[in-house]
Amino acid sequence: MDLKLGHYNKDGIEVVDVEGEIDVYTAPRLRELLIDLVNKNNYQLVVNMEKVEFLDSTGLGVLVGGLKRVRAHDGSLDLVCTQERILKIFRITGLTKVFGIHGTVDEAIAAKKGEK
Amino acid sequence: MATVEVTFTPLPAHVRTARLVATAVARRSGVDEALLDEVRLAVGEACSRAVEAHRRHCPAEPVRIEMTDAGERFVVVVSDHAPAAPASPAAAANGEVPHDQDGAAIPAGFGLAVISGLADDVRVWSTDSGVSVRMSWPSAVASVLARRPGRPVPSAPADGTGCLVGLSFK
Repeated sequence: MDLKLGHYNKDGIEVVDVEGEIDVYTAPRLRELLIDLVNKNNYQLVVNMEKVEFLDSTGLGVLVGGLKRVRAHDGSLDLVCTQERILKIFRITGLTKVFGIHGTVDEAIAAKKGEK
Repeated sequence: MATVEVTFTPLPAHVRTARLVATAVARRSGVDEALLDEVRLAVGEACSRAVEAHRRHCPAEPVRIEMTDAGERFVVVVSDHAPAAPASPAAAANGEVPHDQDGAAIPAGFGLAVISGLADDVRVWSTDSGVSVRMSWPSAVASVLARRPGRPVPSAPADGTGCLVGLSFK
């Protein structure tokens, strides 16, 4: 499967829904979307990865790049992911210490609001 | 010893095909289902690394993958023709966002670090012609294939090369 992207605003937070495989071929599209959202002053992002079937280091790089961009505006980028097959690469790389990873979009939004 | 060889033009679009082929061959070789995700990810990482290297240095040269059912191990070697780049490990261990001197979000060599976490036997070596990444996983012996009814066990040619399939896509 290729990559399907969508986004919507909920409680002032931009939620990005990602479905499919994030790899060297499809990751640029996600990168462009994150850049576009930040350029439109969306600095509180939640990336929902519950329907992601594959994620490699290229995809990790895009997420890290997105995190860096929002942090430059005192924002944050959190993830929603419960799939062990996807969480594994975060654990291998130590990025579980970098990203806030939540079980649902509502949990991620609540965590963000709790930080404010 | 059975071998599948794949060569492909260094385009990102082909990396998915390469990892799907590797997963299929790994399953056929008897690699445990629980490890197939690791095979898919590790081979994908190695191929992505090779593709990026080729796009910078030799875009007309194909990337090559050799998959071997070596009895108790399933072995994959991904070879490129690009000069070796210095590796820099990720700096995420203490919670810092990793970065490298060029400003890229993920340092060069990160893919190799991921591979090392997925395969228990990883070797990387460079020659005058390029870099090769060798990974392996435990697999069942060829008798798993012999037990499947109606399917003859492929036999290796007398010269010992054992090459069953050679695939090439551009």
